[in-house]
Amino acid sequence: MSTVLGTSPGQWLRTLAPVLSLAAAVLFFYAIPPHPPLTLFDLRLVAVHAMIVGTAAIGMTLVIISAGIDLSVGSAIALVSVAAALVLENGGGIGAALLVALSTGALCGFYNGLLVTSLRLPPFIATLGTLGFYRGVAKWISGSIPVTAPTHGLDLWVNPIPNPQWLFVAPGVWLMLGLAVVFILLLRYSVLGQHALAIGSNEATARLCGIRITRTKIAIYVLAGLLTGLAGLMQFARLTQGDPTVAIGLELDIIAAVVIGGGSLSGGQGSIVGTLAGAVLMAYLRNRSTVLGWPNFVEEMIVGHIIIVAVAVDRWRAGRSS
Amino acid sequence: MITLGQPSDSFPERRSPRLAMAGITKRFGATVALDSVDLQVYPGEVLALVGENGAGKSTLMKILSGAVQPDEGNTRLDGATFTPAGPLAARASGIAMIYQESNVVPNLSVEANLILGAERHRFGFIDRSAHRRRIRGVLDRLGRPELPLAAPVSRLSTGDRQLIEIARALLTDARVVIMDEPTSSLGLVEIDRLFSIISGLRREGVAIIYISHFLAEVQRIADRFLVLRDGRVVGQGATTTVTVADLIELMIGRRLPDMFPISSRTTGIPLLTLNDVGTVKGSSSSPINLTLHRGEILGLAGLVGAGRTELLRSICGLDPIVSGQVTVAGYSGGKSWRHTGLKPGVGLLSENRQTEGLALGLSVGNNMLLSRLEPFTRWGWLDTRMMRQTVKRFIASCGIRARGAGQPVGELSGGNQQKVAFARLLHHDVDVLLLDEPTRGIDVASKAQIYEWIGKLVERGKGVVLVSDYVPELLGVCDRITVMHRNQVVATRSAKDWTEHDIWNAATSGEGALA
Repeated sequence: MSTVLGTSPGQWLRTLAPVLSLAAAVLFFYAIPPHPPLTLFDLRLVAVHAMIVGTAAIGMTLVIISAGIDLSVGSAIALVSVAAALVLENGGGIGAALLVALSTGALCGFYNGLLVTSLRLPPFIATLGTLGFYRGVAKWISGSIPVTAPTHGLDLWVNPIPNPQWLFVAPGVWLMLGLAVVFILLLRYSVLGQHALAIGSNEATARLCGIRITRTKIAIYVLAGLLTGLAGLMQFARLTQGDPTVAIGLELDIIAAVVIGGGSLSGGQGSIVGTLAGAVLMAYLRNRSTVLGWPNFVEEMIVGHIIIVAVAVDRWRAGRSS
Repeated sequence: MITLGQPSDSFPERRSPRLAMAGITKRFGATVALDSVDLQVYPGEVLALVGENGAGKSTLMKILSGAVQPDEGNTRLDGATFTPAGPLAARASGIAMIYQESNVVPNLSVEANLILGAERHRFGFIDRSAHRRRIRGVLDRLGRPELPLAAPVSRLSTGDRQLIEIARALLTDARVVIMDEPTSSLGLVEIDRLFSIISGLRREGVAIIYISHFLAEVQRIADRFLVLRDGRVVGQGATTTVTVADLIELMIGRRLPDMFPISSRTTGIPLLTLNDVGTVKGSSSSPINLTLHRGEILGLAGLVGAGRTELLRSICGLDPIVSGQVTVAGYSGGKSWRHTGLKPGVGLLSENRQTEGLALGLSVGNNMLLSRLEPFTRWGWLDTRMMRQTVKRFIASCGIRARGAGQPVGELSGGNQQKVAFARLLHHDVDVLLLDEPTRGIDVASKAQIYEWIGKLVERGKGVVLVSDYVPELLGVCDRITVMHRNQVVATRSAKDWTEHDIWNAATSGEGALA
């Protein structure tokens, strides 16, 4: 938990819990016959799977800490991947694609922030609306068919086996980890991070203290949008095409990663480290299910209940502390 | 105990009381909230229960409604022992509470509200026709048969919402109706209507306990009164035998020795000026003009709902001003005013420490520094070492009992929480401090410390506006006191020229002439 001024024991537990759950999951799957080994390739695959969800979930952590939510993130990822593909298809370079991806993401975030603040819509409703809107725009600009485009080496950033091999995991994963460090510092040591925490803890108090609520909230959604933009570009690189129907329901995985990681849907609580652990946990589950040859629905049923347990634990903790 | 007028004069002994509470005692820890209180109400009688805030009225009514269990004493309802296990049981036995804030569900229809929780059903389906007949009957009795049953309650006026509550009480065949400050949010016409309804209930033999600070109204509607002070009955009798002045005398009584430090100070130039400020939309009340000087403490006295909190919130910009102008010397507009909507140079200590004043989940340090992070900021990044040191200094100098800067503020005691909120104002370093009930619900030692800080602040040339329900506090701390009544200023005078009696008189009657 990122309060500037010291950390209480309960908060350590909160941060540690997702990591412990991850360890438990590892042991659990190892215990299941035929004890499938966890190969280096498996680890690399899990890392790449966690990358897109993890990158977007870093931004989502900030949003959820400020007592917001963003249901539109999956659609925004699809829109960004289409936009980036169109740029590349029309002869743009990597730089142009990155710029378009980030600004598309930021614009989506800005629009969400605007709806939440100026129209005073509950974030759940506002982003439920933009969930449909961004998906529609993605289909519109792509003509509802996947846009195949030259990758100009973008795919190397997200290839499970990195080149050079001593990088251990894909460069995109390292990028995500680097951003995680930046956002940990941002939450802990920046005015914006402290204001986000204050708004999420008690908006009335934040207002009383003269915090510029509108401005802060919009900044939070824009920052989250930038990360969504990056996640969208990663999505494109993975598929090497901009698919307007990709990442349907991905927002739930992203939100789940935050919640598993100790983020509270009522705001004021959340940890980047926990969020990443949550993202890895889900990627790991999916990987193991595949290795064990379980059908897709088993995996979905398990993930569903992990989310339920994570939220139940959050409620229980909240009830106990009040 | 003073008894003014013999109850037996007007209420012959042959009538047995509808409700009789005897020897009711309730302790909360070391404090005695109620000390062997006796109370009787007869059928068809209106008993006024009066006393200052904290005198024990609410506790007594909570015992009656089953929300609190007494330590000693017993209650009889129509002669039978009455020990309600909870509010539901009390309601089923015919005790109906009508609260100040109406307890209706705004989105449901009038009809649905009336039968809520008491639905009669046949095989799980609500028996509408049976309900309608009863509801029509009750509304006839209340003189409002035209009230639309299908309309959502949110469209009704405050007075009609209250009527719904009264109707609900009648539907459950209430034998005793308790009304807690029923007129505080009503207009004059609605008050008249309420009083005629009360007269009707009285004729039907319902016993009514009427709690109010508006003593003139008490005189008008009640047959008898009972005054509580510090958990004891200090007087009772027929209302015809006493004046409002007598009632105030009984309520105030003698005082504990004072704990208010006298600070030497001189008042300077005007700091905060209110010109024709209106806070309530579409209200006919006359606008407010006030001036606060440097080095001055201005008290705002008045009943709950007199508009004092609303005024403070409008001054600092949390709520909009409907008309008029607020100026703070040395601040003209300015950037932060536009961006945050908060008036620069003004800080508010909220009366709701738990829901607004503090973010309970945040640490002591975060709560303290939140309103002014600039001193620790460079390019948007914080110098957390400096922050920690500042918080440590405040914790030491304010005598806050906390494990450290990182402890969530919600884990502290009420007094320490209030000190954290106060420390934030000190750190914020504003010129005008608006303190809304700064000592409510905190221990005596913390109170004394807060008075001392207030004194020191004004010595340094700050201006303080203090809202308090506790009149001796205002008299002890303030230089000048303004009394408000129904969103208007009744009178402003030097604290020396007020007596507790005069303040009560002005606050309850709205008339400011010297007694």
